Amino acid sequence: MNIDFTEQELAFREEVRAFFREELPEQVRYKIDNGLRISRDDQVAYQKALHAKGWAGVNWPVEYGGTGWSSAQKYIFFNEAAEAAAPRIIPFGLSMVAPVIYTFGSEEQKQRFLPDILASNVWWCQGYSEPNAGSDLAGLKTKAVRDGDHYIVNGTKTWTTLGHYADWIFCLVRTSDTGRKQEGISFLLIDMKTPGVTVKPIITLDGRREVNEVFFEDVRVPVENLIGEEGKGWTYAKVLLTHERTNIAGVAPSKHRLSTLRKLLDNPPAGMGNLRQNSLFMARVIQAEVELKALEFTELRVLSAVSTGKAPGPESSILKIKGTEVQQMIDELYLEVAGYYALPFVPGQYEDGYDGVRIEPHFAPDVAPHYYNNRKVTIYGGTNEIQKNIIAKAVLGL
Amino acid sequence: MDFALNDIQQMLQDSAAKFIKNDYDFETRRALTESELGYSQSNWQLFAELGWLALPFAEEFGGMGGDLSDLVVLQTELGRGLVVEPFLSTVILCGGLIQRHGSDAQKGELIEKVLAGELKLALASAEPQAQTRVEDVATTAVADGDGYLLNGHKCVVLDAHSADMLIVVARTGGVAGDRDGITLFLVDPNQAGVELFNYPTNDGGRAAEVRLNRVRVSAGALLGDKDNAFPALEATFNHAIVALSAEAVGIMDRLLEATVEYCKVRKQFDQPIGNFQVLQHRMAEMFIECQQARSMLYFGAITAAAGGEEAARAAALLKVKIGSAGRLVGQQAVQLHGGMGVTDELDVGHFFKRLTMINTLFGSQDEHLQRLVFKAQAA
Repeated sequence: MNIDFTEQELAFREEVRAFFREELPEQVRYKIDNGLRISRDDQVAYQKALHAKGWAGVNWPVEYGGTGWSSAQKYIFFNEAAEAAAPRIIPFGLSMVAPVIYTFGSEEQKQRFLPDILASNVWWCQGYSEPNAGSDLAGLKTKAVRDGDHYIVNGTKTWTTLGHYADWIFCLVRTSDTGRKQEGISFLLIDMKTPGVTVKPIITLDGRREVNEVFFEDVRVPVENLIGEEGKGWTYAKVLLTHERTNIAGVAPSKHRLSTLRKLLDNPPAGMGNLRQNSLFMARVIQAEVELKALEFTELRVLSAVSTGKAPGPESSILKIKGTEVQQMIDELYLEVAGYYALPFVPGQYEDGYDGVRIEPHFAPDVAPHYYNNRKVTIYGGTNEIQKNIIAKAVLGL
Repeated sequence: MDFALNDIQQMLQDSAAKFIKNDYDFETRRALTESELGYSQSNWQLFAELGWLALPFAEEFGGMGGDLSDLVVLQTELGRGLVVEPFLSTVILCGGLIQRHGSDAQKGELIEKVLAGELKLALASAEPQAQTRVEDVATTAVADGDGYLLNGHKCVVLDAHSADMLIVVARTGGVAGDRDGITLFLVDPNQAGVELFNYPTNDGGRAAEVRLNRVRVSAGALLGDKDNAFPALEATFNHAIVALSAEAVGIMDRLLEATVEYCKVRKQFDQPIGNFQVLQHRMAEMFIECQQARSMLYFGAITAAAGGEEAARAAALLKVKIGSAGRLVGQQAVQLHGGMGVTDELDVGHFFKRLTMINTLFGSQDEHLQRLVFKAQAA
């Protein structure tokens, strides 16, 4: 039993560190470290830098331009990325639709879509949830009706993250109303510029636009945009959801956030109280550390099992639940640390070109918005309650 | 990075699981706890033959040279069987002190007897005013000719009733609370001035209040050097916390299994109660805590093995997690078994009792949390 890295893995870690030192712009690092939003251009530039290094397809097979990294290498990469305050990789293209395309897509679809996903030339978003299909996703109603060599799509998708940035959307659509509801679902790729597609913002508790509603009104989609077979979309989507769940845990970013918090407590900047003297608060900090440490080792156990060729054990199913709970524990600690300075709401103050008064301490202005917005993590990707249903059924056999 | 069991660990796990299955069912264990000795002498001999008693000792003294991970594997299985034989007292606590602090001659002589099953030991460390604060030693050892006179009260000395020898922690210098001036003595429990009040513990074990009244020992009774036993005590308790946590993880796994099985067969409202979502989620939460506790155990085993300041911190973090996970899993296992959960008849309640006492031993969740907070505030 050990968590030691091999010499090659240590050398790889140095290479990753050097990459972030050289390629990550300081202003991006600053924004990420302080919970601020980065622009679409910042995001794309970062992913293009990864691509130039050959590191964009972290989980992709080598034959499609992926890294072919071992579990240990992936672990190292994500830890160093978090430690360097790099942006997260937007998952919709690189880690969600791409695996579906290279696993279930036709040769022509692979050639058409994968290179632009890998190079971050095309921004993808996800069309799963609907106003009346949340946890019960298979109850989705967006209809795709065959008309010659096109589907005519009508319906509404919602909670579409960064849909206003997106060029393409991958959708679950209903192609049949007979049989089990899961069997009438198909997986369709839709160009957002197609006539009849409209995107409307949903403003979340942080006062910002992150998610959207996407409306489809008689949208004509060529049949060659259907992935795999008609009616098999649910099977393909489930593969993707597993990817989503492990991504959401966010162990490495939580480690970075908690260690940044500890540094703030040890050296409080002007405007921040001396929270370290509050023993009740410090006990909560330690408890967060305990949960996070356990979670880190749960993740290592999963990685270690995968790297020895075993399927991830039942411990993998807890990553989403525990990972999001720990994120929210840390959010609460930050709220406490910000104190009164959690109150000022000046969303533009770190945007480029802002010339008003800046509220200090520097980390405080985004603390409350982040806390509000991040209540989403126990809800999306299958609510934590749904995850418990899955554990009860799939793991405990209840 | 590797969490798979190696060959030796696999062998340990298999032999321990086989022992529990064939020789240690719950009714057998109950009969043992009610017997005069409180456990089985022939089991103890079997442990010696299987090499378990030799596991953590260095090879040069006839041991197997096993590390903390090996111990974790064995202890987890012993936890699943609620084993009451005095492995923790003799091998992990006293054995650990002999290995760390004894002179070479003492190691040679004592370890050989321990691993043959011929010497059982009990650690007389805690005192009523101090409990888990190891450095708070009021028991005194005053020079008397070429020996020492021991005076003091040692509380809840685990497995003292059948120990051939006690290791008594006494102060030879400084005042209570000092880390310097702490010395270990090998004391024969039958000698004049040693008074034992033996009693059963509510988790199926035995313990005693040990009063030392002008107990005269020779200079040869010193285990290792005088005055500087604290680091060995601290390191031994850190390892003991890992071993105890492994036992807890074995117990928690067993409780989850028993609860899930029960909820599949127990019917109310014309269906198995495991169909009800409120109970399913409760069991999912128990499962999560079992896994998180096991992960934390691995962190503790790996980090504490390296020693130093990090070992103490890792042991404390681990004990905090074992405390909270153990409380949730133990209480919910009883709750989901309904009235049966609070009967003496069913094994579930006995696992729950041991888990509850594990939180108390070597510092509870709250004690360790407070220590970690004070450390963070002093940094």
